[in-house]
Amino acid sequence: MIVLAIDTSTDAVSVAVSNSKQLLASAHVTSDRRHAELLVPMIKNICEQADISMHEIDVVGVDVGPGLFTGMRVGIATAKTISQALEVPIIGVSSLDILARSVATTDRVVLATIDARRGELYWAMYRNDVGPSIEVKPATVGSVSDCIVDLVDRGQSTLIVGNGAQRYRTSMSESLEATGLSIEWASEQLSQPSATVLAIITAELALHEQWQTATELQAVYLRAPDAEINWQSRNQQTQATL
Amino acid sequence: MSLIDVNSSTVVLGIETSCDETAAAIVMGGNDVLSSVVASQLEIHARFGGVVPEIASRAHLEALTPVISQAIQKSGLSFDRVDAVAATVGPGLIGALLVGVSAAKSLALVLDVPFVGVNHLEAHLYAAMLDDPNVEFPLLVLLVSGGNTLLVEVREHGSYQIVGQTRDDAAGEAFDKVARFLDLGYPGGPAIDAQAKLGNAEAINFPRAMLNDGLDVSFSGLKTAVINYVRKFPTTPTADVAASFQSAVVDVLVAKTLRAAENLGARTVAIGGGVAANSQLRDEISVACVRKDFHLVLPSLAMCTDNAAMIASAGWHRLRLTGATNLDAGAYPNLGLTVAQV
Ligand SMILES: [Zn+2]
Repeated sequence: MIVLAIDTSTDAVSVAVSNSKQLLASAHVTSDRRHAELLVPMIKNICEQADISMHEIDVVGVDVGPGLFTGMRVGIATAKTISQALEVPIIGVSSLDILARSVATTDRVVLATIDARRGELYWAMYRNDVGPSIEVKPATVGSVSDCIVDLVDRGQSTLIVGNGAQRYRTSMSESLEATGLSIEWASEQLSQPSATVLAIITAELALHEQWQTATELQAVYLRAPDAEINWQSRNQQTQATL
Repeated sequence: MSLIDVNSSTVVLGIETSCDETAAAIVMGGNDVLSSVVASQLEIHARFGGVVPEIASRAHLEALTPVISQAIQKSGLSFDRVDAVAATVGPGLIGALLVGVSAAKSLALVLDVPFVGVNHLEAHLYAAMLDDPNVEFPLLVLLVSGGNTLLVEVREHGSYQIVGQTRDDAAGEAFDKVARFLDLGYPGGPAIDAQAKLGNAEAINFPRAMLNDGLDVSFSGLKTAVINYVRKFPTTPTADVAASFQSAVVDVLVAKTLRAAENLGARTVAIGGGVAANSQLRDEISVACVRKDFHLVLPSLAMCTDNAAMIASAGWHRLRLTGATNLDAGAYPNLGLTVAQV
C-alpha cells in the first residue's frame, strides 16, 4: 500500500511517501508562507526519488489542522484534489495527533501544542504509555495561562511537544516550576508535525478503512473567522440592549 | 510533461477561486464550453455586507471537490481527456486564490498535463469573446466589476493596453456603496438595477464627472452627491435616487467606451465583468453601438460574473501564446492586466 502524506499546517511544508513496510522518501522545508509554491514540486520530487508514479498511490493522508489557516488549506486542497483525480481514499489527521505520535513511548502525559498566534495555543493531551497516542483531553484553543491551568488540573507529569509551547517556553517553564509538576520538553526538532509520522498514522488508519472521500474531508480550524466572532458579539450586544 | 500542440480539440479544465465564486469548467478548443459550474457564496457573505476573505477561503475549500466533479460529469468527459489545467493566479484574495491554484497544480501533476496560471482580468476579456470567437481586432473592451473599471485596447490575443480607468471607486464598488446607503442590501448592483426599473432616471440630475474629459472615470463624487441629496431631500423615492444614480454611471461608461473605441479606430466593442450584467448599461451601449455602427460583443449574463469557463478559455490562449506555467507558481493578489505573464 503506497501512502502519500502531506503536512502544511505550520510554517513547514512536509511530505512523505511510504509503502506498507517503510518510508520511501520524504522532504521537510520551513517555508515562511511559501506553502503553495513549494508543495506540488516537493510531492513530484519525492515520488521521483521513490520511483513511484502518482497512479501507484493508494491513499492520501493529510494534516487537517489546527494550524495556520492559509497553510493548512494549501495542503488540504492539494490532498483532496489528488484523492479525487486518482479516485483513492483520503485520511485526515489532526496536527496535534501527529505531534503526540512523534514523541517516543513515554509514561508521561503528552501535551501537544500548535502556535495559534495572538498569544494563544491549540492543544490536546494524550497518553502514550498504553498504545499509540490515546487522546485524554480533546483539542481546544486558548491562552497560554488556560493551557497551564489544564495541566495543573490534570496534575500528572507531562511531556510537552510542539511549536505552540516552544514559543512561550520561558514563561511557561517559570509558571509551571511554581506548581511542582514534573515537566519534560520534547526536542525542538519535533516542534512541527512531520509527514513521515503522518504517513505511519495514515497507513494504520487505512488498514481499518478509517478513511473519507475528498468531498467529505473537512479542515479543523477550532477558531471562527474574525468577522464571524465580531458579528456574533455585535448581535449579542444588540440583543442585550433591546 | 511535453509541449502540447494547442488546437481545436485541446481540452482545458479551468478553476476559479479569486473572490466569492468557486467555479470549474471544461472548455474545448478555447471557446467550446462543455460545462461550467459555479458555486456562489453570495448568501454567506450577505450579512456582512461584503466578501469576508477568511470565510471565502473556507467556503472555497469545501466547494472545491464537488464543483470539479460536477464540471467533469457535465462535460461528459473523464479526467483522462483533460489536456491542461488552468487556474486564476491573480488578482484576487490571496487565501482564496491559493485554494484554486493548489488544486489546479495538483491536478496537473496527477494527470501529467501542463498547468497554466491565468490572469483573472485577461479571463474577463475572453469571457466577453467566448460567444463571439471570431471577433475582429482591434477591439475595445469595457471591463467593469466590483474591483475594476478598465477601458482596454486589445490589439491581438495577449496584447493589451489600458487606456482608461477609475481614479477612485470601481463602478461595482460605487453600486455597492450607494446600495448600502439606500439600505438596498448586498450585492448592490442587482439591487440598484431592480430599484431603478421602478424609478424615474431624470428625477435628479446627478453629476457626470469628467464626461468630456479624457478616458478616465471617477465615481466618488457621484457617491457623495447621492448621499448629500438624500440627506437634503429625505422624502425622495428611493427608486428615483437609484434610477438617477444608475443613469449617471451608465452615461459616463457608455460615453467613455465609445470615445475610446473611436480613438483606437476599432470597429468592435465588448463589455465584461459583473457590472456588464446591468440592464441599463446593456441597453444603452447596444443603442449607442448601433448608432455609431460598431459591432458590439455582449456576453451572456453568466459570462459577466466570475466563472471558470473564461479561465479555461484564457488558459487555452495563454498555453498557445506563452506555454505552461511552472508548478512552483503561487498566487499574485495584485496582478495587473498588462503585467508580463507569470
Ligand atoms: Zn471577476
